[in-house]
Amino acid sequence: MKRLGLTGTNLVTAVPYLWLLLFFLVPFVIVLKISFSDAQISMPPYQPLIHWVSEKALQIQLNFGNFAFLVEDNLYWRAYLNSIFVAGVSTVLCLLIGYPIAYSIARSSPSTRNILMLMVVLPFWTSFLLRVYAWIGILKNNGLLNNLLMWLGIIHEPIHMLQTDFAVYVGIVYSYLPFMILPLYANLEKMDLTLLEAASDLGCRPWQAFMKITVPLSVPGIIAGCLLVFIPAVGEFVIPSLLGDPGMLMIGKVLWTEFFNNRDWPVASAVAIALLMFLVIPIMYYQRAQDAEAGGGLHR
Amino acid sequence: MATSPRATQQKFEPWTDPDAKPYVRIEKVTKKFGDFVAVDDVTLDIYKKEIFCLLGASGCGKTTLLRMLAGFERPTAGRIFIDGVDMTAIPPYERPVNMMFQSYAIFPHMTVEQNVAFGLKQEGLAKSEIARRVTEMLELVKLGQFAKRKPHQLSGGQRQRVALARSLVKKPKLLLLDEPLAALDKKLREHTQFELINIQETLGVTFVVVTHDQEEAMTLSSRIGLMNHGEIVQVGTPSEIYEYPSSRFVAEFIGSVNMFEGRLVEDEPSYVRIQCDDLDTPVYVDHGVSSAPGATVWAAVRPEKILLGREKPATPDNWTSAVVRDIAYMGDMSIYLLKLDSGKIVRVTQPNVYRHVDDRVTWDERVYLSWHSTSPVVVTK
Repeated sequence: MKRLGLTGTNLVTAVPYLWLLLFFLVPFVIVLKISFSDAQISMPPYQPLIHWVSEKALQIQLNFGNFAFLVEDNLYWRAYLNSIFVAGVSTVLCLLIGYPIAYSIARSSPSTRNILMLMVVLPFWTSFLLRVYAWIGILKNNGLLNNLLMWLGIIHEPIHMLQTDFAVYVGIVYSYLPFMILPLYANLEKMDLTLLEAASDLGCRPWQAFMKITVPLSVPGIIAGCLLVFIPAVGEFVIPSLLGDPGMLMIGKVLWTEFFNNRDWPVASAVAIALLMFLVIPIMYYQRAQDAEAGGGLHR
Repeated sequence: MATSPRATQQKFEPWTDPDAKPYVRIEKVTKKFGDFVAVDDVTLDIYKKEIFCLLGASGCGKTTLLRMLAGFERPTAGRIFIDGVDMTAIPPYERPVNMMFQSYAIFPHMTVEQNVAFGLKQEGLAKSEIARRVTEMLELVKLGQFAKRKPHQLSGGQRQRVALARSLVKKPKLLLLDEPLAALDKKLREHTQFELINIQETLGVTFVVVTHDQEEAMTLSSRIGLMNHGEIVQVGTPSEIYEYPSSRFVAEFIGSVNMFEGRLVEDEPSYVRIQCDDLDTPVYVDHGVSSAPGATVWAAVRPEKILLGREKPATPDNWTSAVVRDIAYMGDMSIYLLKLDSGKIVRVTQPNVYRHVDDRVTWDERVYLSWHSTSPVVVTK
């Protein structure tokens, strides 16, 4: 047993590796393979990459046309850029809303802290899809929000909110806010409060101490929260299709259209691979930030 | 017990001078947390350039008192003056006071240099002035070559000095130190004690130190304020506190002591005689006590002030016989635990002056304990 390397520790660490191999690497390779093939009307709807040309010769045919197509057709570029823009704005909004929430939860008394945290994660007990549908009821022309505003006399005719960019931002910020709050809270909660007393002792007013001590020390939490919101928001498909303008260009929607409407699996795969490449950069940055924190770069 | 290095220097006793103006004045300060009284009607004067130690067990209110001096807590009642200015309602960031925290509270995201410069930047001083003062301070605490390090790259002793430098660089009128040496190991602690005193004397800053360690208080302080249950029990120099405790609590808190309960049988202005049930002869003390005859009092005798002998003393008082129960050899001295006929255990320490003695007192031997008439302290509470 020992000689084969089958120790308990090795077996335990093998589990996540196997998991990632089966459910991440293998599907990735399949998608990568499809992205290099050519569409055809068949089952499955693409040509195999590898085929026998004679009894003794295997031929591998890589088709880079799908990627070239992504670059040539500016629809894809615009969809990518728009997705990144929407995800970026949503992330900033989540940070601006989530930071004060996480901060006040972290500074409240331990008993109320648990109740408040429960309320942050409570929406997860309902299906994500249902919650997004609920926003249709709130935002539509004779929905809750318009009716309330009209009843209050603030507006006299309904504001068109559903199927606008505004509705998409509302949906994304609402859905992803807990992913911003949780890592920020975890970071702010473990902060040593005597550091703030020390800052105050050395001449800082409370807001100066916040800017000079609390904010810099919460950078790992800010990075984690931003990436947890930004990465899924870039590929978001459900929220823009339900709440957004049908003409809104989002890469998740483009991918859906290619795959289900056009049945062009190779182009859809190429879109997915390109999206992954876009996202690998912030993911790697996140990893580095995490390593720095674990390795003693930011803690005392 | 270590002796204060101050004893060898020129006399520094502003508290004995009736014309001296106190630098810090704590006036009838009370602090309550809900129903709990953390500090109970404390009045205290601290003089310029003193190292004043607030000594007491945990929960006695010493840290709360310190935090009120820093401004982190507001007194429930009473006032605090520093250099004649009423500080009671002034927030910490506007007080001419700095604090060295027990946990050091060094900013982990800043280098040593940035930590020390933090308070000066807050004052808005010129860059060159900040750089000069930071360098000077880092030299003083011998951290010059560590200026660019991050706190997690430093040892415990180095971090302690960063904290000290950071709190001293603003030239505060008053430096508050919360258990400054508690996190250091014993060797380093002793060394650092003397370094602290040297730095304090170089800069002439007034120190208020909170500690639960009596040895630390004895070594560092010009005066000690001993606290118990939120009250100041006794204020005095280390030797006053040790040799003239005002109560049983003080005598037992500082060092070890043998406490003999007895009745006052003779009470003259120049001497008293106390009859103790535990002892074979009465205790004779050569100073008067202000208490009624027949009252219950305690005679406190320090272990090092009791002599051991095989000969029965010729005097009519101040001795008793006992049996040796335990001997602990400590190197510099030996501790003897002796059992009186009443069953009470008495602690005696003897310096090991000679390297080799053939005829040492040994286990189960009956010996005579005696003491000089100046040795016992009589306390009435």
